[in-house]
Amino acid sequence: MLRYISRRLLSILLSLFLIITATFFLMRAAPGGPFSGEKKLPPEIEKNLNEYYGLDRPWYEQYTDYLVSIAKWDFGPSFKYKGQTVNDLINEGFPVSFFLGMEALLLAVSLGILLGVIAALNHNKWQDYGAMIFAVLGISVPSFIMASLLQYVLAIKLGMFPVARWESLQHTVLPALALAATPMAFIARLTRSSMLEVLSNDYIRTAKAKGLSKGQITVKHAIRNALLPVVTYLGPLSAAVLTGSFVIEKIFGIPGLGSQFVLSISNRDYTTIMGVTVFYSILLLFSVLLVDIAYGLIDPRIKLAGGKKGE
Amino acid sequence: MQQLPKEMFQPASVDLSEAEKISKPSLSFWKDVSIRFRKNKLAMFGLVLLILLVFMAIFGPHMTKYDYSTNDLMNTNKPPSAEHWFGTDDLGRDIFTRTWYGARISLFIGLAAALIDLFIGVLWGGIAGFRGGRTDDVMMRIADILWAVPYLLLVILLMVVLGQGLGTMILAMTITGWINMARIVRGQVLQLKSQEYVLAAQTLGANTSRIMFKHLIPNAMGPILVTLTLSIPSAIFTEAFLSYLGLGVPQPLASWGTMASEGVQALQYYPWRLFFPATFICLTIFAFNVVGDGLRDALDPRLRK
Repeated sequence: MLRYISRRLLSILLSLFLIITATFFLMRAAPGGPFSGEKKLPPEIEKNLNEYYGLDRPWYEQYTDYLVSIAKWDFGPSFKYKGQTVNDLINEGFPVSFFLGMEALLLAVSLGILLGVIAALNHNKWQDYGAMIFAVLGISVPSFIMASLLQYVLAIKLGMFPVARWESLQHTVLPALALAATPMAFIARLTRSSMLEVLSNDYIRTAKAKGLSKGQITVKHAIRNALLPVVTYLGPLSAAVLTGSFVIEKIFGIPGLGSQFVLSISNRDYTTIMGVTVFYSILLLFSVLLVDIAYGLIDPRIKLAGGKKGE
Repeated sequence: MQQLPKEMFQPASVDLSEAEKISKPSLSFWKDVSIRFRKNKLAMFGLVLLILLVFMAIFGPHMTKYDYSTNDLMNTNKPPSAEHWFGTDDLGRDIFTRTWYGARISLFIGLAAALIDLFIGVLWGGIAGFRGGRTDDVMMRIADILWAVPYLLLVILLMVVLGQGLGTMILAMTITGWINMARIVRGQVLQLKSQEYVLAAQTLGANTSRIMFKHLIPNAMGPILVTLTLSIPSAIFTEAFLSYLGLGVPQPLASWGTMASEGVQALQYYPWRLFFPATFICLTIFAFNVVGDGLRDALDPRLRK
C-alpha cells in the first residue's frame, strides 16, 4: 500500500512538473506582453514594471523562480488586478466553487444511482426507458445550454428560483442542478449496466432462494456490488464538475474561481491563467489518487500492487 | 403416477449425418455485426439521423438565396418566417444558412479530431503493444503522464496561446486526445499478438508492418470503431464549450457552438437564435452516442443470444 502510494505520488509530481513547465513556456510564447493593453505604456513605465515583476531577467531564472514559488504554494501576482495575487483570487473564489461543486457532486451521485437502480430493477419496462431517455438527454445537451434553459424556464418564466447571484441556499439549487446534469446521466447509465450484471449473478439467486425480501436483496447484495464501477467514475466526475463550473458560474453570476478563470481568459491575464491551471491540476491529480486508494479499500479483490504488473 | 401406453413414445432420430448439417448459411463477422446492428432500432434511428444531418450540411447552405456571412441590418432578429426559415440573428444573417454552414464546421472539427486521434493512437498503441518490453513501458509511461494532465484545461491554455482558429482548435484537442485510442489499441494488440495466426504469419516471413496492418489492426477494428464514433461527439461538445468561453472559431465563421453561445445571450428576447443550433448540437451528439452504443452491442460477442 505504502509503496503504491509513493509510486503514485512520484508520477503525480512528474505530471505536475510537466504541467507547470508547459504552462510557463506556453504563456511566454503567448502573443502580446503582460502589460500590453488598450493604451500603449510609456517605455520607462514598462521597464519599471518589468523590473518589478522580474521579467527583465533571463528565462531560466524566471523559470526556476516560478518552480520554487509554486513549491511554496505561491502563484505570483495578477498582472491585471494591481495589488492582488493569484493566491488572493484562489482564496476568495475557491470556497464558493468548492461548495457548489460538492453540492453538484452529491446531487449527481445520489440521483444518478437512484435512477440507475430504478431502471435496472424494472429492466425493459417503462421506468427503464424513461430513466434512460432522461440519461441520453443529459449526455446530449451541452452544460451551458442546459443551464440557460433551466435559468430561463424555472427562474425567469416560473419564478421558482432566484435568477442569479450567490446569496442563500435557494440560489445554489439551479446552478448545482445544471452542473450535475451530465455527470448524473453518466452515473445513471453506469449504475444501470453494472446493476444488471450483478443481478444475474448466482449469489443473488441464492439470496432469493433463502427467502430474503426484494428490498434486502437490492440494498444488501446488489447495490453494494454494483456501485464499484461508479466509484472509479468519481475521478473523471470531479474533473467534469470542475470544468463545468467555468460555464455555470458565468451564467449564474457566481463569484467563484471558475468565473474568475473565464474572466482571466478574456482579459488575457496570463499569470492568473497559469496559476489557476496549476492549482486545478494539483486538485484533480490528488482527487484521482484519493479515488484510486478508496477503490482499493472498498474492493478487497483489488490489490494496489507496488511492484510489477500482474503481481 | 399415470400409466403411459407404449404407443405414445417415438424413437428419436439418431441419423448422425443429419446432426452435421449446417442449417444457417455461414456469415462473415461483419455481416453478422451488420445484422445485429440493423435489429437495434435506436441505433438505426441514430444512423438515419446522421445521414440526414450530413446531407443537410452539404446541401443546406445552398437551399436559400442567403449567404452565411452577409449582414442585413434592415432585418435583424426576425423570427422564423417564409422568408427566413429559422429567422435571422442580430446582424440580420439567415440562421438556416448559418446553421447548416455551422454543421459543416462542427462536423469537420469532430471528424478531423477523431481521425487524427485514430491515426496517432493506432500507431502509438500498436507499436507499444507489439514491441512490448521496454518500448512498451516507456511509451505507456509517457502516455500515462500526459493522460494525467486535465484535458479541458490544457485545451483552453493552448487556445489562449495559439489564438482562435479551426486548425488550432483541432490541434489543441488532439494533443492529448489520442491517448484513449492508444490505450485501447495497445490492449487489443497485446491480446491478439499471441494468437496462432500471428505466429503463422511470422513463420511465413511476414515483416512487422505487414503483421500490424494485415493481421492485428483489422482484428482490433471493432473496439477502434466504437472509440472513434464515441470520440466525435465529445469533440463537438468541446467545440461548443470553447465557443462559449469565447475561444471558438473567429467571426464571421459560424459553428454550432458559436451560434448557440450567441443565442444564449439573446435567449430572453429571441429564443429561436438558441433553439436551432442547440437542437442540432443535441441531435448530433445523441445520434453519434446511439450509433456508438449500437456498434458496441453489435460487436460484442458476449451479447450474442
